[in-house]
Amino acid sequence: MAEQSVLTKPAIQVEDLDLYYGDHQALYNIALEVEENSVTALIGPSGCGKSTFLRTLNRMNDLIPGVKIDGKIRLYGEDIYDRKVDVEMLRKQVGMVFQTPNPFPKSIYDNIAYGPRIHGIRSKKQLDEIVERSLRQAALWDEVKDRLKDRATGLSGGQQQRLCIARALAVEPEIVLMDEPTSALDPISTSKIEELLGELKEKYTIVIVTHNMQQAARVSDKTAFFLNGELVEYGETDTLFSNPSNSKTEDYITGRFG
Amino acid sequence: MIRQFDTSLKEVKHLLLDMGEKLEIAINKAVKSLSRLDVDMARDVLNNDQAIDEMENRIDDKVATLIATQQPVAKDLRKLISALKIASDMERMADLATNIAEVTLHFVENDLKLFKELKDISEMARITQNMVHDGINSYIDGNVDLSKKMAETDDQVDKLYERIVKELLEDMIQEQKFTEVSLRLCFVARYLERIADHATNVAESVVYIETGKREDLN
Repeated sequence: MAEQSVLTKPAIQVEDLDLYYGDHQALYNIALEVEENSVTALIGPSGCGKSTFLRTLNRMNDLIPGVKIDGKIRLYGEDIYDRKVDVEMLRKQVGMVFQTPNPFPKSIYDNIAYGPRIHGIRSKKQLDEIVERSLRQAALWDEVKDRLKDRATGLSGGQQQRLCIARALAVEPEIVLMDEPTSALDPISTSKIEELLGELKEKYTIVIVTHNMQQAARVSDKTAFFLNGELVEYGETDTLFSNPSNSKTEDYITGRFG
Repeated sequence: MIRQFDTSLKEVKHLLLDMGEKLEIAINKAVKSLSRLDVDMARDVLNNDQAIDEMENRIDDKVATLIATQQPVAKDLRKLISALKIASDMERMADLATNIAEVTLHFVENDLKLFKELKDISEMARITQNMVHDGINSYIDGNVDLSKKMAETDDQVDKLYERIVKELLEDMIQEQKFTEVSLRLCFVARYLERIADHATNVAESVVYIETGKREDLN
């Protein structure tokens, strides 16, 4: 493991992060580092701050009125809350997949090409390549290659979610955030997405919020346990689920509260 | 909140406790049957072995069901994995007790007489029986200190074993007619020494449950 840590570099570095919704403090002094090309799971009971934390990583919380953030979040060394940061470029770099699949009411092809077009790609050949590559990376290509002009909303729930993953990948992000990406899916679609995560981390850094503890244990390299806005424990997933160092973590993962 | 899982875990504990009690009785009776050359007592040990085997199966099934349906993690999982190991250790100990009872039967059937009192073997049996007892109790109470103390007594068992074998060897050399009895009594000492080793494994399981770490206690 020591050799590995020399090779891997931190993609995300968070220091002394506090977040307030108006007077209410939702995150307390969060500090953690996410390694490049890894899957990091955020777990904790509802309202513990894990989704809030996830959304700080691409500044989605900026859209909520009254939010105040202290502390530092660095992406490959760059402070993402610096005034000079172009938030649109940040969100290209840090893609997001949500709980419920939310394809645009357009064709499968146009869903994927949407982002690249916004970022100025016009060439048909280039867009074709991006659509195929993204759908292949999301393990959806074989299922939809003959009906790219069909409406995306006609796909099954699991296919729609993989389409949303493909759409996030189309703009070539470095980091992909996932907020409970399988909670609306059946077990087979869920296992497809879990399998996909293992492949995606070869190219991307993934941070995933999940309520399914077994999922966190299965798919992630590291796990962060949040409780009441605090990061209680952060470490190797294998250790956290077999022998956590904090008794609150133990109580939560064994189902004794939450 | 008492969870379904905690209730099931208690059932596993009770099964292990029952199994441990049966095992203690088996070891005690096996050695007594030998020193008294009591055939009925030896048969009792053999007949009860099946019940102990069945208890191991029940524990295995219960643990398998719990893992499949509850997906336990952390200490809950360690408790279940260790329950399987402890049940398996106890089943092996019970087999060794039946081996001792078989020696009793062999002596009686072949009209072989004990040429001396089995003082050291009885002492060895007493210590191993205590080890089993403390092993089960330390599992039930999660008492790491007790399990470590118990494991330390394995040294006494090993010393007694060496002494018994040495003396029996001398008996064999002195009197040829003692050879078969001496040889088989060496086996008995060996069976007891193995029982103590399995008891030490139980102690290691208890340490693993409570700390998550594996320690070689002997």
